[in-house]
Amino acid sequence: MQKRLFVKGNEAVAMGAVEAGCRYYFGYPITPQSDIPEYMSRELPKVGGTFIQAESEIASINMLLGASASGARAMTSSSSPGISLKQEGISYMAGSELPGLIVNISRSGPGLGGIDASQADYFQAVKGGGHGGYRLIVLAPYSVQEMYDLTILAFDLSDRYRIPAMLLGDSVIGQMKEALIPHPYHPPADLPAKPWAVTGKLGRSDQRIVKSLYLGDGELEAHNWRLHEKYRLLGEQEVRSEAVDVEDAALIVTAFGSTARIARTAVRMAREAGLRVGLFRPITLYPFPEAALRQMTEGCKKVLCIELNAGQMVEDVRLSVARDAEVRFYGRPPGAGSLPTPEELCAQIRKHYEA
Amino acid sequence: MTTALQKVFDRPVSLKDVQTHFCPGCQHGTIHRLVAEALDHFAVQERTIGVASVGCSVFLYGYFDVDVVEAPHGRAPAVATGVKRVHPDKIVFTYQGDGDLAAIGTSEIIHAANRGEGMTVIFVNNTTYGMTGGQMAPTTLPQQKTSTSPSGRNVQTDGYPIRMAELLAVLDGTAYSTRVAVNSPKNVLQAGKAIRRAFQYQVESQGFAFVEVLSACPTNWGMNPLKANERVGSEMIPYFQLGTFKDVEKTF
Repeated sequence: MQKRLFVKGNEAVAMGAVEAGCRYYFGYPITPQSDIPEYMSRELPKVGGTFIQAESEIASINMLLGASASGARAMTSSSSPGISLKQEGISYMAGSELPGLIVNISRSGPGLGGIDASQADYFQAVKGGGHGGYRLIVLAPYSVQEMYDLTILAFDLSDRYRIPAMLLGDSVIGQMKEALIPHPYHPPADLPAKPWAVTGKLGRSDQRIVKSLYLGDGELEAHNWRLHEKYRLLGEQEVRSEAVDVEDAALIVTAFGSTARIARTAVRMAREAGLRVGLFRPITLYPFPEAALRQMTEGCKKVLCIELNAGQMVEDVRLSVARDAEVRFYGRPPGAGSLPTPEELCAQIRKHYEA
Repeated sequence: MTTALQKVFDRPVSLKDVQTHFCPGCQHGTIHRLVAEALDHFAVQERTIGVASVGCSVFLYGYFDVDVVEAPHGRAPAVATGVKRVHPDKIVFTYQGDGDLAAIGTSEIIHAANRGEGMTVIFVNNTTYGMTGGQMAPTTLPQQKTSTSPSGRNVQTDGYPIRMAELLAVLDGTAYSTRVAVNSPKNVLQAGKAIRRAFQYQVESQGFAFVEVLSACPTNWGMNPLKANERVGSEMIPYFQLGTFKDVEKTF
């Protein structure tokens, strides 16, 4: 029988990373994600890994850049204001086609904001965040088990496509404790080698250059077309989502992360009350599961998007749903201080279902 | 009796056989050569990884025949930290200008030095932002006119030039910190020795080594190459004193 642990979401991320072969962690303390660097500082040396508490978020993302360019599995983690500081390095990593995991256990903003849960970093995560028009793989876990599983998946996808990956959680999913079965990691057999990594030229004649500067005539445009082709391919091959009770639904709720967890209970309550309601949960926020949502909403008149922000993912939902479906929104801006209760969401479902 | 011809001068193997893009009178070419000679001296070309910074030195990979990673502005010491921790057996160096290292990247350089990262930092100080067109740098001398200090640097409002070699020398993590110039044959030879020593620290696994190289930027100083070179001796060296401020290893 596989062991079953009772751990925090943040610990599950760190455990998944170590299991996936991540041996380099660079970070800077910030609430509510500090369990991750704390775990890494304790556990990485035991497996021959390296932990550095950097002087800043900016330094830590650039240490990640250097370690990834060197061919290693490496990560950093932070929370909203710290992720803003990392955007420069994230843009450079995207431009340099470097893998690597960036974990955002988000909190409320803008600015210093507060330390309570918020989903207001959705735009920043999926629309680029830094300069230059790039995309990341963005995964949104909604349980402690998924914090572990999606961390491992993020490393594989990141390596496979040479693209930085972001795990977008929030303070609730990071701080809550629940059961985790830490499945052993088996690296996919077809995971590509890293013939681009800088290792010193020993034994080869070609020089390896990791860069994002393209000044030659047409070079940068060609580079960007290549990056965008990669994003298109991701949208074709790596979209993940979950659907619950959508087959006969007259109203489909869309939600991600911790909010989806509560929405799931609310949808069940609504079902028990006789309402034909379903839940659609994007697991990859980028690439967004457009086709799945479109297909699912073809026979459904109403979609209710629930987020813990003033409306961000709802824009992607609107672009994705079938033409006849009407999109409604329920959310609260950063600073709400607590998550909505299932009863609260159930009341919203009923309201939009009936009107 | 036969006369054997002996080759006494050649291009270092660590340097590519290409022309540089640098402006006439710029001394990056000289400094590149000194770095390449040091890599050749220790025969470490094949296990060297360079970290390029933003500015005129970004094209490191165009001249050095070694693996190179490009870093964001000022962040080369952080990128090099990541590289060195993954490859502790490799020779890792950064090559940075004064705007890069002494302004936007002060945090990264101070903390990499303080951690005693086993890397060699080549710091080219020409008292201006070269590639962006000659704006005021942290190293711009008092009264020096630049495109953003058109009346001359006023220390009352703009602050003072930063002496990085002295500043880093006080950190416990720094093993070697020195300042050299490339304005005369004698100083070039001295600079070559200092750069070699800075790499020796890494070859011997002895920690963080820093070489500040005073250098001319004729284009942005609005001088011809000879005048610019003279300025290094007449104005820069009096302010930025040449010498070694720290050299902890006595055995090599």
